[in-house]
Amino acid sequence: MSTSAIAAHLDDQGRPLFHLPEEPHHPDGASTPLGFWIYLMSDCLIFAMLFAAFGVLGGAYAAGPGPKDLFDMPLVALNTAFLLISSITYGFAMLAAHEGRQTSTLTWLGVTGLLGVAFLGVELYEFSHLIHEGAGPQRSAFLSAFFTLVGTHGLHVTFGVIWLVTLMAQVAQRGLDGRNLRRLTCLSMFWHFLDVIWIGVFTTVYLLGVLR
Amino acid sequence: MTSHAHARPDSASGEDHGSRRSYLLGFGLSVVLTAIPFALVVTGALPAALTGGIVVALGVAQIVVHMIFFLHMNPRSEGGWSMLALIFTVIVVVIALSGSLWVMHHLNTNMMPVHDMSQMP
Repeated sequence: MSTSAIAAHLDDQGRPLFHLPEEPHHPDGASTPLGFWIYLMSDCLIFAMLFAAFGVLGGAYAAGPGPKDLFDMPLVALNTAFLLISSITYGFAMLAAHEGRQTSTLTWLGVTGLLGVAFLGVELYEFSHLIHEGAGPQRSAFLSAFFTLVGTHGLHVTFGVIWLVTLMAQVAQRGLDGRNLRRLTCLSMFWHFLDVIWIGVFTTVYLLGVLR
Repeated sequence: MTSHAHARPDSASGEDHGSRRSYLLGFGLSVVLTAIPFALVVTGALPAALTGGIVVALGVAQIVVHMIFFLHMNPRSEGGWSMLALIFTVIVVVIALSGSLWVMHHLNTNMMPVHDMSQMP
Protein backbone atom coordinates (compact mmCIF):
# COMPACT_ATOMS: atom_id res chain seq x y z
CA MET A 1 0.00 0.00 0.00
CA SER A 2 1.77 3.15 -1.15
CA THR A 3 1.50 6.46 0.67
CA SER A 4 -0.14 8.21 -2.28
CA ALA A 5 -2.90 5.59 -2.35
CA ILE A 6 -3.67 6.32 1.30
CA ALA A 7 -3.47 10.11 0.97
CA ALA A 8 -5.63 10.13 -2.16
CA HIS A 9 -8.54 8.62 -0.23
CA LEU A 10 -11.06 11.31 0.76
CA ASP A 11 -13.71 11.22 3.45
CA ASP A 12 -17.34 12.30 2.81
CA GLN A 13 -16.47 16.01 3.35
CA GLY A 14 -13.78 15.80 0.68
CA ARG A 15 -10.89 16.03 3.16
CA PRO A 16 -7.99 13.62 2.65
CA LEU A 17 -7.84 10.61 4.95
CA PHE A 18 -4.43 9.63 6.26
CA HIS A 19 -5.36 6.21 7.50
CA LEU A 20 -6.50 3.08 5.73
CA PRO A 21 -10.28 3.25 5.22
CA GLU A 22 -10.45 -0.46 6.01
CA GLU A 23 -8.12 -3.19 7.14
CA PRO A 24 -6.19 -4.65 4.20
CA HIS A 25 -7.15 -8.24 3.55
CA HIS A 26 -4.64 -10.83 4.68
CA PRO A 27 -4.82 -14.40 3.48
CA ASP A 28 -5.50 -16.81 6.36
CA GLY A 29 -2.33 -17.44 8.36
CA ALA A 30 -0.13 -15.18 6.21
CA SER A 31 1.15 -13.25 9.22
CA THR A 32 1.84 -16.34 11.36
CA PRO A 33 5.54 -16.68 10.44
CA LEU A 34 6.21 -13.01 11.31
CA GLY A 35 4.29 -13.33 14.58
CA PHE A 36 6.23 -16.46 15.43
CA TRP A 37 9.48 -14.70 14.61
CA ILE A 38 8.57 -11.90 17.04
CA TYR A 39 7.84 -14.55 19.70
CA LEU A 40 11.32 -15.99 19.03
CA MET A 41 12.84 -12.53 19.47
CA SER A 42 11.16 -12.26 22.88
CA ASP A 43 12.50 -15.73 23.70
CA CYS A 44 15.89 -14.42 22.66
CA LEU A 45 15.57 -11.76 25.38
CA ILE A 46 14.95 -14.48 28.00
CA PHE A 47 18.16 -16.18 26.93
CA ALA A 48 20.00 -12.84 26.87
CA MET A 49 19.10 -12.33 30.54
CA LEU A 50 20.25 -15.86 31.40
CA PHE A 51 23.50 -15.26 29.50
CA ALA A 52 23.95 -11.99 31.41
CA ALA A 53 23.40 -13.83 34.70
CA PHE A 54 25.92 -16.46 33.69
CA GLY A 55 28.39 -13.79 32.58
CA VAL A 56 28.13 -12.08 35.97
CA LEU A 57 28.09 -15.24 38.14
CA GLY A 58 30.23 -17.50 35.95
CA GLY A 59 33.29 -16.92 38.13
CA ALA A 60 31.57 -17.32 41.51
CA TYR A 61 32.61 -20.89 42.37
CA ALA A 62 32.10 -20.53 46.17
CA ALA A 63 35.31 -22.57 46.62
CA GLY A 64 33.61 -25.35 44.64
CA PRO A 65 34.50 -26.94 41.32
CA GLY A 66 34.98 -24.73 38.25
CA PRO A 67 34.47 -25.37 34.53
CA LYS A 68 37.90 -26.97 34.14
CA ASP A 69 37.06 -29.61 36.73
CA LEU A 70 33.54 -30.28 35.48
CA PHE A 71 33.18 -29.99 31.74
CA ASP A 72 33.86 -32.92 29.46
CA MET A 73 34.77 -31.26 26.16
CA PRO A 74 34.40 -34.36 23.88
CA LEU A 75 30.85 -34.74 25.23
CA VAL A 76 30.09 -31.07 24.51
CA ALA A 77 31.53 -31.44 21.00
CA LEU A 78 29.31 -34.51 20.46
CA ASN A 79 26.23 -32.58 21.61
CA THR A 80 27.14 -29.63 19.38
CA ALA A 81 27.47 -32.02 16.44
CA PHE A 82 24.03 -33.53 17.19
CA LEU A 83 22.34 -30.12 17.13
CA LEU A 84 24.25 -28.87 14.09
CA ILE A 85 23.43 -31.99 12.06
CA SER A 86 19.80 -31.82 13.20
CA SER A 87 19.65 -28.28 11.80
CA ILE A 88 20.58 -29.44 8.31
CA THR A 89 18.33 -32.51 8.45
CA TYR A 90 15.44 -30.17 9.37
CA GLY A 91 16.46 -28.03 6.39
CA PHE A 92 16.20 -31.10 4.15
CA ALA A 93 12.77 -31.85 5.63
CA MET A 94 11.64 -28.32 4.71
CA LEU A 95 13.00 -28.67 1.17
CA ALA A 96 11.18 -31.98 0.77
CA ALA A 97 8.00 -30.43 2.21
CA HIS A 98 8.09 -27.54 -0.26
CA GLU A 99 8.52 -30.07 -3.07
CA GLY A 100 5.49 -31.97 -1.73
CA ARG A 101 7.39 -35.19 -1.04
CA GLN A 102 5.62 -36.47 2.06
CA THR A 103 7.59 -39.67 2.81
CA SER A 104 10.88 -37.86 2.44
CA THR A 105 9.66 -35.05 4.72
CA LEU A 106 8.62 -37.54 7.39
CA THR A 107 11.94 -39.39 7.15
CA TRP A 108 14.01 -36.21 7.56
CA LEU A 109 11.75 -35.06 10.42
CA GLY A 110 12.26 -38.45 12.08
CA VAL A 111 16.05 -38.15 11.76
CA THR A 112 15.88 -34.61 13.19
CA GLY A 113 13.78 -35.82 16.13
CA LEU A 114 16.19 -38.66 16.89
CA LEU A 115 19.12 -36.23 16.87
CA GLY A 116 17.16 -33.97 19.23
CA VAL A 117 16.51 -36.92 21.56
CA ALA A 118 20.20 -37.88 21.40
CA PHE A 119 21.12 -34.31 22.35
CA LEU A 120 18.73 -34.40 25.30
CA GLY A 121 20.06 -37.81 26.37
CA VAL A 122 23.65 -36.57 26.46
CA GLU A 123 22.61 -33.39 28.28
CA LEU A 124 20.64 -35.31 30.92
CA TYR A 125 23.61 -37.66 31.35
CA GLU A 126 25.86 -34.63 31.87
CA PHE A 127 23.46 -33.08 34.38
CA SER A 128 23.03 -36.30 36.38
CA HIS A 129 26.80 -36.82 36.35
CA LEU A 130 27.36 -33.28 37.71
CA ILE A 131 24.69 -33.65 40.39
CA HIS A 132 26.10 -37.07 41.35
CA GLU A 133 29.54 -35.46 41.79
CA GLY A 134 28.02 -32.93 44.20
CA ALA A 135 28.10 -30.16 41.59
CA GLY A 136 24.35 -29.56 41.53
CA PRO A 137 22.68 -26.18 41.01
CA GLN A 138 22.80 -25.42 44.75
CA ARG A 139 26.60 -25.79 44.96
CA SER A 140 27.62 -22.31 43.77
CA ALA A 141 26.30 -19.27 41.91
CA PHE A 142 28.26 -20.45 38.87
CA LEU A 143 26.48 -23.81 38.88
CA SER A 144 23.05 -22.19 39.50
CA ALA A 145 23.56 -19.95 36.48
CA PHE A 146 24.89 -22.89 34.44
CA PHE A 147 21.94 -25.17 35.19
CA THR A 148 19.42 -22.39 34.58
CA LEU A 149 20.87 -21.36 31.23
CA VAL A 150 21.64 -24.82 29.82
CA GLY A 151 18.48 -26.28 31.40
CA THR A 152 16.26 -23.62 29.80
CA HIS A 153 17.78 -24.42 26.43
CA GLY A 154 17.27 -28.13 27.05
CA LEU A 155 13.64 -27.48 28.00
CA HIS A 156 13.16 -25.64 24.71
CA VAL A 157 14.63 -28.58 22.80
CA THR A 158 12.30 -30.94 24.71
CA PHE A 159 9.25 -28.93 23.65
CA GLY A 160 10.68 -28.74 20.12
CA VAL A 161 10.85 -32.56 19.98
CA ILE A 162 7.27 -32.88 21.29
CA TRP A 163 6.10 -30.36 18.67
CA LEU A 164 8.04 -32.22 15.98
CA VAL A 165 6.42 -35.57 16.82
CA THR A 166 3.00 -33.86 16.81
CA LEU A 167 3.68 -32.39 13.38
CA MET A 168 4.87 -35.75 12.06
CA ALA A 169 1.49 -37.19 13.05
CA GLN A 170 -0.29 -34.22 11.43
CA VAL A 171 1.66 -34.58 8.18
CA ALA A 172 1.13 -38.35 8.13
CA GLN A 173 -2.63 -37.88 8.57
CA ARG A 174 -3.41 -34.81 6.48
CA GLY A 175 -0.48 -34.50 4.10
CA LEU A 176 1.52 -31.42 3.24
CA ASP A 177 -1.32 -28.92 2.96
CA GLY A 178 -0.93 -25.17 3.46
CA ARG A 179 -1.57 -25.35 7.19
CA ASN A 180 0.95 -28.09 7.82
CA LEU A 181 3.55 -26.27 5.72
CA ARG A 182 2.98 -23.16 7.83
CA ARG A 183 3.40 -25.19 11.03
CA LEU A 184 6.54 -26.83 9.67
CA THR A 185 7.92 -23.37 8.80
CA CYS A 186 7.32 -22.16 12.39
CA LEU A 187 8.97 -25.24 13.89
CA SER A 188 11.87 -24.78 11.47
CA MET A 189 12.43 -21.25 12.81
CA PHE A 190 12.18 -22.58 16.39
CA TRP A 191 14.64 -25.40 15.72
CA HIS A 192 17.25 -23.25 13.95
CA PHE A 193 16.82 -20.58 16.63
CA LEU A 194 17.66 -23.15 19.33
CA ASP A 195 20.79 -24.04 17.40
CA VAL A 196 21.74 -20.34 17.35
CA ILE A 197 21.26 -20.20 21.14
CA TRP A 198 23.42 -23.32 21.48
CA ILE A 199 26.23 -21.52 19.61
CA GLY A 200 26.09 -18.90 22.39
CA VAL A 201 26.04 -21.64 25.04
CA PHE A 202 28.99 -23.66 23.83
CA THR A 203 30.98 -20.50 23.14
CA THR A 204 30.42 -18.62 26.39
CA VAL A 205 29.70 -21.42 28.87
CA TYR A 206 31.91 -24.27 27.78
CA LEU A 207 34.75 -22.88 25.65
CA LEU A 208 35.26 -19.56 27.50
CA GLY A 209 34.56 -21.36 30.80
CA VAL A 210 37.40 -23.81 30.25
CA LEU A 211 39.67 -20.92 29.21
CA ARG A 212 38.82 -18.87 32.30
CA MET B 1 -0.53 -32.19 -3.40
CA THR B 2 2.55 -31.14 -5.33
CA SER B 3 0.76 -28.44 -7.28
CA HIS B 4 -0.81 -27.19 -4.06
CA ALA B 5 2.59 -26.88 -2.43
CA HIS B 6 3.84 -24.76 -5.31
CA ALA B 7 0.76 -22.59 -5.45
CA ARG B 8 1.28 -21.19 -1.97
CA PRO B 9 0.74 -17.44 -1.92
CA ASP B 10 3.63 -16.64 0.40
CA SER B 11 6.26 -18.09 -1.92
CA ALA B 12 5.23 -15.42 -4.39
CA SER B 13 5.64 -12.66 -1.78
CA GLY B 14 9.37 -13.22 -1.60
CA GLU B 15 9.55 -15.82 1.17
CA ASP B 16 12.84 -17.57 0.80
CA HIS B 17 13.01 -21.19 1.88
CA GLY B 18 16.50 -21.91 0.67
CA SER B 19 17.95 -24.54 -1.61
CA ARG B 20 19.89 -27.72 -0.99
CA ARG B 21 23.04 -25.86 -2.03
CA SER B 22 22.53 -22.99 0.45
CA TYR B 23 21.80 -25.43 3.30
CA LEU B 24 24.93 -27.44 2.52
CA LEU B 25 27.01 -24.27 2.24
CA GLY B 26 25.71 -23.01 5.59
CA PHE B 27 26.33 -26.42 7.15
CA GLY B 28 29.90 -26.56 5.83
CA LEU B 29 30.66 -23.06 7.14
CA SER B 30 29.12 -23.95 10.53
CA VAL B 31 31.21 -27.12 10.83
CA VAL B 32 34.41 -25.13 10.15
CA LEU B 33 33.35 -22.32 12.52
CA THR B 34 32.60 -24.90 15.26
CA ALA B 35 35.65 -27.09 14.75
CA ILE B 36 38.22 -24.26 14.90
CA PRO B 37 37.26 -22.90 18.37
CA PHE B 38 36.92 -26.42 19.84
CA ALA B 39 40.33 -27.39 18.46
CA LEU B 40 41.94 -24.17 19.74
CA VAL B 41 40.53 -24.61 23.25
CA VAL B 42 41.22 -28.35 23.56
CA THR B 43 44.79 -28.17 22.22
CA GLY B 44 45.61 -24.83 23.86
CA ALA B 45 47.79 -23.94 20.88
CA LEU B 46 47.48 -20.18 21.39
CA PRO B 47 47.61 -17.96 24.50
CA ALA B 48 44.32 -17.98 26.45
CA ALA B 49 43.44 -14.31 25.83
CA LEU B 50 43.94 -14.62 22.06
CA THR B 51 42.01 -17.92 22.00
CA GLY B 52 39.14 -16.24 23.86
CA GLY B 53 38.96 -13.44 21.31
CA ILE B 54 39.01 -15.87 18.38
CA VAL B 55 36.36 -18.11 19.99
CA VAL B 56 33.98 -15.16 20.49
CA ALA B 57 34.59 -13.81 16.97
CA LEU B 58 33.95 -17.22 15.37
CA GLY B 59 30.84 -17.70 17.54
CA VAL B 60 29.40 -14.40 16.29
CA ALA B 61 30.33 -15.36 12.70
CA GLN B 62 28.54 -18.68 13.09
CA ILE B 63 25.40 -16.98 14.41
CA VAL B 64 25.40 -14.77 11.30
CA VAL B 65 25.87 -17.85 9.08
CA HIS B 66 22.89 -19.56 10.76
CA MET B 67 20.75 -16.44 10.40
CA ILE B 68 21.46 -16.21 6.67
CA PHE B 69 21.53 -19.86 5.56
CA PHE B 70 19.16 -21.59 8.02
CA LEU B 71 16.77 -18.84 9.16
CA HIS B 72 16.81 -17.18 5.69
CA MET B 73 17.21 -13.72 7.16
CA ASN B 74 17.33 -11.04 4.51
CA PRO B 75 16.10 -7.44 4.30
CA ARG B 76 13.21 -8.45 2.00
CA SER B 77 11.53 -11.30 3.90
CA GLU B 78 8.13 -10.30 5.39
CA GLY B 79 8.57 -6.86 3.83
CA GLY B 80 11.55 -6.15 6.06
CA TRP B 81 9.64 -6.55 9.33
CA SER B 82 11.46 -9.67 10.51
CA MET B 83 14.81 -7.94 9.92
CA LEU B 84 13.54 -4.88 11.82
CA ALA B 85 12.46 -7.08 14.76
CA LEU B 86 15.86 -8.78 14.70
CA ILE B 87 17.78 -5.48 14.68
CA PHE B 88 15.67 -4.16 17.56
CA THR B 89 16.29 -7.37 19.54
CA VAL B 90 20.03 -7.27 18.85
CA ILE B 91 20.18 -3.65 20.11
CA VAL B 92 18.29 -4.54 23.32
CA VAL B 93 20.42 -7.66 23.86
CA VAL B 94 23.68 -5.76 23.36
CA ILE B 95 22.62 -3.01 25.79
CA ALA B 96 21.40 -5.51 28.41
CA LEU B 97 24.41 -7.83 28.14
CA SER B 98 27.16 -5.23 27.98
CA GLY B 99 25.45 -3.09 30.62
CA SER B 100 25.01 -5.99 33.07
CA LEU B 101 28.57 -7.23 32.61
CA TRP B 102 30.03 -3.72 32.89
CA VAL B 103 28.07 -2.66 35.97
CA MET B 104 28.57 -5.94 37.78
CA HIS B 105 32.27 -6.03 36.93
CA HIS B 106 32.69 -2.61 38.51
CA LEU B 107 30.70 -3.62 41.58
CA ASN B 108 32.82 -6.74 41.92
CA THR B 109 36.14 -4.93 41.60
CA ASN B 110 35.25 -1.84 43.63
CA MET B 111 33.16 -3.28 46.43
CA MET B 112 34.72 -6.66 47.03
CA PRO B 113 37.23 -5.64 49.77
CA VAL B 114 35.56 -5.65 53.14
CA HIS B 115 35.87 -2.11 54.48
CA ASP B 116 36.78 -1.70 58.09
CA MET B 117 33.75 0.25 59.25
CA SER B 118 35.40 1.31 62.53
CA GLN B 119 37.86 3.43 60.55
CA MET B 120 35.06 5.39 58.89
CA PRO B 121 34.58 8.96 60.15
